[in-house]
Amino acid sequence: MLNIDCPWCGKRHETEFRYGGEAHIARPEDPFKLDDAEWADFLFMRTNTKGYFAERWLHSHGCRRWFNVIRHTVTHEIVGSYRMGVAPPKPAGDKS
Amino acid sequence: MTGRFRTATGGRIDRSKLVRFTFNGVSYTGFEGDTLASALLANGVHLLGRSFKYHRPRGIVAAGAEEPNSMVQLGEGATTEPNIRATQISIYDGLVASSVNVWPSVNFDISAVNGLFAKIMTAGFYNKTFMWPRSMWLKLYEPVIRRAAGWGRAPGEKDPDIYDHMNLHVDVMIIGGGPSGLMAALAAGRAGARVLLVDEQSELGGSLLSQKQLIDGKGGADWVAAMVAELEAMPDVTLLSRSTAFGYYDHNYLCVLEQKTDHLPMTERMGKVRQRVWHVRAGHVVLATGAHERPLVFADNDRPGIMLAGAVQTYVNRYGVLPGRKMVLFTNNDSAYATALDLKAAGGDVVAIIDCRTEGGGALAEMARAQDIEILQGYAITGTKGGKRVRAVEVRAIQKGAKVYTSAARHIDCDLVAMSGGWSPVVHLFSQSQGKLEYDDGKACFLPGKAMQKLEVAGSLSGAFTLKDCLAGGYKAGSEAARTAGFTPKRKPAAPEIDEPEATAIEPYWIVPGSRPIGEGMAKHFVDLQNDTTAADIELAVREGFESVEHIKRYTLTGFGTDQGKTSNINALAILSGILDKPIPKVGTTTFRPPYTPVSYGALAGRNLGDWSDPVRITSIHDWHVDNGAEFENVGQWKRPWYFPKPGETMQETLNRECRAVRNSVGVLDASTLGKIDIRGKDAAEFLNRIYTNAWAKLGIGRVRYGLMCHEDGMVFDDGTTARLAENRFLMTTTTGGAAGVLDWLEEYLQTEWPELEVYCTSVTEQWATVSITGPKAVALLAKIAPEMDLSHDSFPFLSFKEGVAAGIDARVFRISFTGELTYEINVPWACGRALWEAVMDAGTEFDITPYGTESMHILRAEKGFIIVGQETDGTTTPQDLGMDWIVSRVKPDFIGKRSFSRSDTAREDRKQLVGLLTDNREEILPEGAQLVFDPNAVKPMPMVGHVTSSYYSATLGRSIALALVKGGHHRKGEKIFAPLDSHNVTAQIVDPVFYDKEGEWLNG
Repeated sequence: MLNIDCPWCGKRHETEFRYGGEAHIARPEDPFKLDDAEWADFLFMRTNTKGYFAERWLHSHGCRRWFNVIRHTVTHEIVGSYRMGVAPPKPAGDKS
Repeated sequence: MTGRFRTATGGRIDRSKLVRFTFNGVSYTGFEGDTLASALLANGVHLLGRSFKYHRPRGIVAAGAEEPNSMVQLGEGATTEPNIRATQISIYDGLVASSVNVWPSVNFDISAVNGLFAKIMTAGFYNKTFMWPRSMWLKLYEPVIRRAAGWGRAPGEKDPDIYDHMNLHVDVMIIGGGPSGLMAALAAGRAGARVLLVDEQSELGGSLLSQKQLIDGKGGADWVAAMVAELEAMPDVTLLSRSTAFGYYDHNYLCVLEQKTDHLPMTERMGKVRQRVWHVRAGHVVLATGAHERPLVFADNDRPGIMLAGAVQTYVNRYGVLPGRKMVLFTNNDSAYATALDLKAAGGDVVAIIDCRTEGGGALAEMARAQDIEILQGYAITGTKGGKRVRAVEVRAIQKGAKVYTSAARHIDCDLVAMSGGWSPVVHLFSQSQGKLEYDDGKACFLPGKAMQKLEVAGSLSGAFTLKDCLAGGYKAGSEAARTAGFTPKRKPAAPEIDEPEATAIEPYWIVPGSRPIGEGMAKHFVDLQNDTTAADIELAVREGFESVEHIKRYTLTGFGTDQGKTSNINALAILSGILDKPIPKVGTTTFRPPYTPVSYGALAGRNLGDWSDPVRITSIHDWHVDNGAEFENVGQWKRPWYFPKPGETMQETLNRECRAVRNSVGVLDASTLGKIDIRGKDAAEFLNRIYTNAWAKLGIGRVRYGLMCHEDGMVFDDGTTARLAENRFLMTTTTGGAAGVLDWLEEYLQTEWPELEVYCTSVTEQWATVSITGPKAVALLAKIAPEMDLSHDSFPFLSFKEGVAAGIDARVFRISFTGELTYEINVPWACGRALWEAVMDAGTEFDITPYGTESMHILRAEKGFIIVGQETDGTTTPQDLGMDWIVSRVKPDFIGKRSFSRSDTAREDRKQLVGLLTDNREEILPEGAQLVFDPNAVKPMPMVGHVTSSYYSATLGRSIALALVKGGHHRKGEKIFAPLDSHNVTAQIVDPVFYDKEGEWLNG
């Protein structure tokens, strides 16, 4: 069970949270400027990263806040968590 | 019977405390501190059970968790437990145990005849033999196989014991209470860290309890006692014995099973927690789990009396038991020599030491020679004799690397064979933590390699096989763990004085040759005793094309069972590596998964049983429903009245009566469970505009509107009415089951997409009790209980609400309708729900008011063609599919889902669309979920064009009705469609989904 650092509450067990998928996929400002392929890309396509991954979590059984987490999808190492609208921290050793 | 094989003195048993117990119906005695295994051995009992497949006699092999054979049925009645290892049961007065997998008895077992058919009962036997006919599986093969290979019985009654769970956060968690673990605890404890040490055994000390090594001139047990005393005096150190860390999960989350009362007599357990599961989150972990000794694989190596050398040493030194009086020792390493010396010192006779190495044994061998013990170097045991107990061994000189033996045999009589094939570090937890294993050629074992979590390894787990190294390594690991957890370790104490003989190297010896190569001949070289897997089975599996170690495991069953191959896995893959001619690391290991040793369901469930297994939500009117005979259905966690049968009514009769009452007079429904969300803030109207498909900005205060919510993909996910309470305040209702999801959805968009909107959402579902009265007499009824309220159509039109007093209670009344009839939903504070309900029932007597449940609600709304989200929709349904284009705004530039309506797939003409179905046979009720086809004579598999979503008998219409999603259904009204059922085809006509009062005339009563 992951130990997730909520930016408001601190470290809590994973069972207090809900997963929210890949982070930093903003809803397009004007969806009608996108053609069908671009819109489908927004709707359905995710990166399926092997490695450090920015993802969203909701502290659903806590403060009910959404926030972002950088997690390694293989080792589950969590580099850090940060509030919505904040730039992600860079994981040590990540050259991307 | 007395303990005929008890040593005169010594051991960790309390000889002043006699314990009486029964095994297979015979009474025995042992001492406090004995395990069932040690007490049986003290009484000369070696035969404990029969093997899985061949029903060969089997005895005790080990002294701990790695024991493959001696599983017993422990206890009786409701508390009986199957397949518990005798080596892990602390005996208590009144203990009752029996053998498993025997019939009729362990001494005379009919299935032992299986041994005669051994040639055909090889790897994959079940898969190959019982393949055909398939129908025989359930009726014949499986019951017979299950009985023959059944092991123990599960209890038939409810578990009466109490279990609980405890959460714990520590700086340093140490697993293993042997010399390394204790030193680690000392280092971390002295550094000031919060420490938890767990150990699976009845007392701390690990190998020190079994060996005679002196530390600073003190016996091992005395040294342990001094350590434990110091640790117990530290306020932040917790020591748990009888506690097995059975799972190592992500981010240093470990689960521990503490057995609190299993060692006590039944009379002392009453009312106490039997087992506790600890959920531990540790800053840093020290694994000091030790090592398991490996058996040697030779012909007929499974007879009772053939044991691991370290286990023999444990029985002699820790339990004061001689497992035999004439021992032959068979080894490929030095450690086993100590067993020979200790057994001899305790009064046993060591007939011979068979060492497959041509040299070695070191100082211990010299000591053995000094005691006139014969040592045969370059020899191996090539066969054994005996039935229910080993009687003799056959010994031969062996050429290095030979596949078969050629030398002459020598027979040696004995009643005990102690064997040692070397030591396998207990890497299970390390491996569960995702750490990588590395094979060490010199030590002939897998060792922990790269760790993936914050942990240290210490002691023999780390490959330190001398006590000196274990103590030093343990302290270092504990210091390291404390440092990482943020503490400053104290200076290392001086190394203790230990007189340890220099050891010579182990020589791997994975399989002793037979008269013919592996896989030929009759001799059985057992690899996995619990599953009766032999070296020949592994050879056969390879010959049949299996090469991956994971496949071999599944085909031969090696490593399955309650012991998960603790003594067999490494031997199996080494033998496999020999057959494949690939180095061991290339063959790889199978996956180690939790639990390390079996954990009962009771312990995992803890207190979450019965009413505590899942929360139940009830309304404030619930008791009235119960008192009035309602049948209930679960909607999410809510209990909702399903229907209110009168005595003698069938369910359909009840539904007919309830529906007619609504259509003709007045019905009443407890609608308290509908989700309610209070939405406020200066941008609340704008927010609703973006969330719902229709327009909200211009909704007047006091008015109500129905809305549909879609996801970004354009698919409907909830619906409900929302009222404007004030300029910047709305009350949204959601479906009963969808309430939590909708609130999450709203908050997600407010926090992640539109943080600039000032909107606050609060769940108020349980603040308001809702009583819905519906039917032509609803207005007359409401007038009686709310005389002050102006109910005229002009003042209180459809889709509006009023605040006022109903039945003397402050109320909010909504005029909406889910039945098509004139409806008032009266909302009062939750606690007043029952009072309002009773007032409504009293006032309604003159109208013959009829309470109805969810089933009639479903029928009434289906007659009107109103959808239920989750029934007519399934996450692939758009508003247009439902024929609800009228609620999709064309004016609003954007809302969630809008862009997706013009995607090529959502804009298709032939999507599945909501229609009504009328069966040709008016009485026939289509099954919900039935697949639909346009041509019942089409070639199979027929093209399926939709399915029935709702189907009922409608008393109002005097016939059956159904709703369905049908490909291009909106343009197929009037056409025939067919539901091919098992028994017959049902023919129906596609119609408009509104069956009743298409003009909506009844809305106004």
